[in-house]
Amino acid sequence: MGLLPLLLRGAPKRFLRASGSYRSLYESNSRRRRHGTDAAAADQAVNSRADHRPDDQMLDFPGAKAAFTSRMEFISPNAAEAVPCFRILDDLGRALDGSDIPEVDSSLAVKMYHTMVRLQTFDSIFYEAQRQGRISFYLTNIGEEALNVASAAALTKDDVVFPQYREHGVLMWRGFTLDEFANQCFSNEAGHGKGRQMPIHYGSEKLNYFTISSPIATQLPHAVGAAYGLKMDRKNACAVTYFGDGGSSEGDFHAACNFAAVLEAPVLFVCRNNGYAISTPACEQYKGDGIVVRGRGYGMTSIRVDGNDALAVFKAVSAARKLAVEQSKPVLIEAMTYRVGHHSTSDDSTKYRSGEEIAHWRSVRDPVLRFRRWLESNAWWSVEDEKELRGAARKEVISAMNQAEKKNKPPLSELFTDVYDTLPRNLLEQEATLRDTVSKNPPSLAPH
Amino acid sequence: MLPGIVRSSSRHLPCRRSLTKWMSVRNLAAASGDQMTVRDALNSAIDEEMAADPKVFVMGEEVGEYQGAYKVTKGLLQKYGPDRVLDTPITEAGFTGIGVGAAFQGLKPIVEFMTFNFAMQAIDHIINSAAKTYYMSGGQISVPIVFRGPNGAAAGVGAQHSQCFAAWYGSCPGLKVVTPYSAEDARGLLKAAIRDPDPVVFLENELLYGENFPVSSQVRDPNFTLPIGKAKVEREGTDVTITAFSKMVGFALKAADELAKDGIKAEVINLRSIRPLDRETINASVRKTYRLVAVEEGWPQHGVCAEVCASVQEESFDYLDAPIERISGADIPMPYAANLERLALPQIEDIVRAAKRACYRSK
Repeated sequence: MGLLPLLLRGAPKRFLRASGSYRSLYESNSRRRRHGTDAAAADQAVNSRADHRPDDQMLDFPGAKAAFTSRMEFISPNAAEAVPCFRILDDLGRALDGSDIPEVDSSLAVKMYHTMVRLQTFDSIFYEAQRQGRISFYLTNIGEEALNVASAAALTKDDVVFPQYREHGVLMWRGFTLDEFANQCFSNEAGHGKGRQMPIHYGSEKLNYFTISSPIATQLPHAVGAAYGLKMDRKNACAVTYFGDGGSSEGDFHAACNFAAVLEAPVLFVCRNNGYAISTPACEQYKGDGIVVRGRGYGMTSIRVDGNDALAVFKAVSAARKLAVEQSKPVLIEAMTYRVGHHSTSDDSTKYRSGEEIAHWRSVRDPVLRFRRWLESNAWWSVEDEKELRGAARKEVISAMNQAEKKNKPPLSELFTDVYDTLPRNLLEQEATLRDTVSKNPPSLAPH
Repeated sequence: MLPGIVRSSSRHLPCRRSLTKWMSVRNLAAASGDQMTVRDALNSAIDEEMAADPKVFVMGEEVGEYQGAYKVTKGLLQKYGPDRVLDTPITEAGFTGIGVGAAFQGLKPIVEFMTFNFAMQAIDHIINSAAKTYYMSGGQISVPIVFRGPNGAAAGVGAQHSQCFAAWYGSCPGLKVVTPYSAEDARGLLKAAIRDPDPVVFLENELLYGENFPVSSQVRDPNFTLPIGKAKVEREGTDVTITAFSKMVGFALKAADELAKDGIKAEVINLRSIRPLDRETINASVRKTYRLVAVEEGWPQHGVCAEVCASVQEESFDYLDAPIERISGADIPMPYAANLERLALPQIEDIVRAAKRACYRSK
C-alpha cells in the first residue's frame, strides 16, 4: 500500500523516471489491479505521467532504455554504407599509407609464410590423392591460408580452438606434423583418432584444437561453454571458434552469440566469410550487411577485416584476444575472403561459378603471394628461398603421404574402446564374439 | 563462495530482479523423520555434489531466481551464486551446446531441461556433441555432463509435454540413461551421474517429485551413491516377474498387492538404469518365475520393453512358460482430456490382467 497514496498525491517525479523506480510503478500498478480500484485512481496516475512532455519521458520498459520519439521512423534494412573492411596491405602486398604495421619481425613472418606454403602444398597433393582414390574424402583451405595462419599466430597455445573444418592451417601452425595430418587422412593405426573419423576431421588435445564435429556451427556454443570454463578457472586464455558465412545461419550461431554476450565469456567468433556455402552464394545466405553487423544486435564488439591480408588478420585477432582475455568479453571478427577450392572433393564448383572467377582469385588475389610480396619488399624472402621451400614442402608432403598409406589400418582392439570411460561388459562380450567370428573366416576379413 | 570462482562484477545487470537479497537462505535440510520427497532427494544430491566439487555447476531455464520450474534447484542460487547456477536464455540447443563445451573444457555441468520434450530442440548436442565425442576424439575429450529433467507423461499436459524418451536415449552408445523411482534412487543415481565421467541422461518424473519415500541414514550420507547399470528387486516373488521403471514401479508394486490377494506372488524389478540395462537381474528373475510382464509408459514400438523382451527370449528362452507380456502407453500422441489420457496410459488393472494372462489365470 505504501506507494499508492504517494502516487495519488501527485507523486514526486522521481517515481516516474527510469532507472530503478520503474519497478515501484510496476508494483503499484499491479497492486491496484489486484485490489480492483476504480478507474479514477488509474486515470489520476496516468494523468500525472502525462503532465510530462514527451521529450522528458524515458522508455522504462524492462526490455530497453531509450528516449521516446514522436517521429515514426523505421530503421532501414541496411545502413547507407556497408561496414568498412580493415586492411594494412594492398592487393600487391604493399603497406597502405598511414597503416600501423603490427609487430611482426622477420622470423615470425617467415614462419608464417612457411606454414602457408606447406598448407597450400599439402592441400593440393591430398586433393589429388582423393581424386586418385587413395583417400575417400578431402577438403582444401585454398584461398584462406593467410586467414588460417595469421589468426593462429596471434593466439597463444593456451587458447582453445573450436574449428568448423576449414582451419587446418591453425592446427599446422600449432605443431601438428605432416605425418599426423596424413595418418588421420589415411585413417591408419598411427592416426590420433584411432580410425574413428572421416579425413580432415583432425583434433589434438595437446594442441588445444578440439576434434572437428561435422554438423555445422555446433562448435559455436561449445566454444562459449569452454570460454566460461576458462573464465571460472581464471585462465589467461580465451576460446576461439571458426565458422563460415553459411554456418552463421544456424540456430547455434544465434544462441552462442547471445549467450557469450550475456555470460561475458572470453570467446572470439571468427567468421570466414568466403562467399560460398557449398553452392549457396553469400547473397542468398543473408540479406543484411554480412555477419559483422549482427554483433551489435547481441551487444558484442565486432570488426570486419580483409581475411586475405595476413597482417590485418594478425593485428585484429591480437587486439580481439586482448579484449576477450582482459575484459572477459566476446568479439566477433568477420574476415572477408574467398574459397578458391571446391567445397570438398564431393563438389564441382564450376557448376555454379565461372572458371574465370576461380582463376582470378587463385592467381591475382592469392593471399600467400600477397604476403610473399611484403616479405620480399622487406628483403626477408627471395626467389631462391621460394624455390627451395616449394621443393622441400612438396617432398615432405609426398613422403608423409606415402608412409601413411603403407601403415596398417587400426586394430580391432580399438573398435570398442572410448565409447565409455571404462569398457563395459556388453562391449567386451561383443568384442569376444567378433574375434571369434573373424578367426573362423578368411584372412581378408581380419584386420588383426 | 568457494575459492577459484570468478565473480563477474556486472553479472547482476540492472534489469534483473534481485530476489537474492530478499530471500533468506533456505534451510536445505530434507523432510524430517525417515522420509524424503524425490524433489528433496534431487535437491540435496545436487547441493552436496556442488559443495564437494567446485567444477560442478547447474544451468537451465528458471533454475536460479525462480528456484527451478519444479523447485528441484531451490536455494542453490542463494548458496552458490550466479556463477554456478546459471539462468539461461530460452535456447535448449544453445545452452546444451554450451554445457557440452564447458564439459569439454573440464567443468561438470548439470543441464536441466524443463521437460525432456524440450530437449528435442537440443538432441543434436546430446547425441552428436555429447554421446559420440569421447569415441570420435579417440579418447581425448571426455564429456562429464548430466542432462536431467522430467520425462514422460505428467497430468493433462497434452502431446508435446508427455513423451517418454527412455527408448530413444537408451539406444544410443556413449550415453548412460537412468530412471530413478524412489527418493533413494534419486539421491544415489544423481550423485553417481554427477561423478560419472560419461554423459548421463537422467530421466525424472514430474508426478514423483512430491512423493515421500522412506530413507535410511545410509541414503542421507553425502557419499551415498548407487551403481549405474544395476536394477533393484523392489519386491521378491516366485510366480511372475514384472519389470518397470520410473512411475510405473509404483503401479507395479500396487499391482503386486492386488495379485497377492489371488495368490500370485509377483517379483517387481525397478530397472533404475535403461542403459546399461541390467540384463542379469532381469534374466535371473525370469529363470526363477518363468513368466514376464514388462511395463513402460512410453510408446510400444521400439520401446524399452522391446529390449527387455529381446534379452529374455535370447538368454532365457527355455525357462519361459508363457509368452512375454508387454504393457505400454497407447501408440498415439497423448490426448489432453483426462478420461482419454487415462485410457492412453497403463493403469494398475492393466498390469494385473497381464500378469494373470502370463500365469494362465485369465484371457
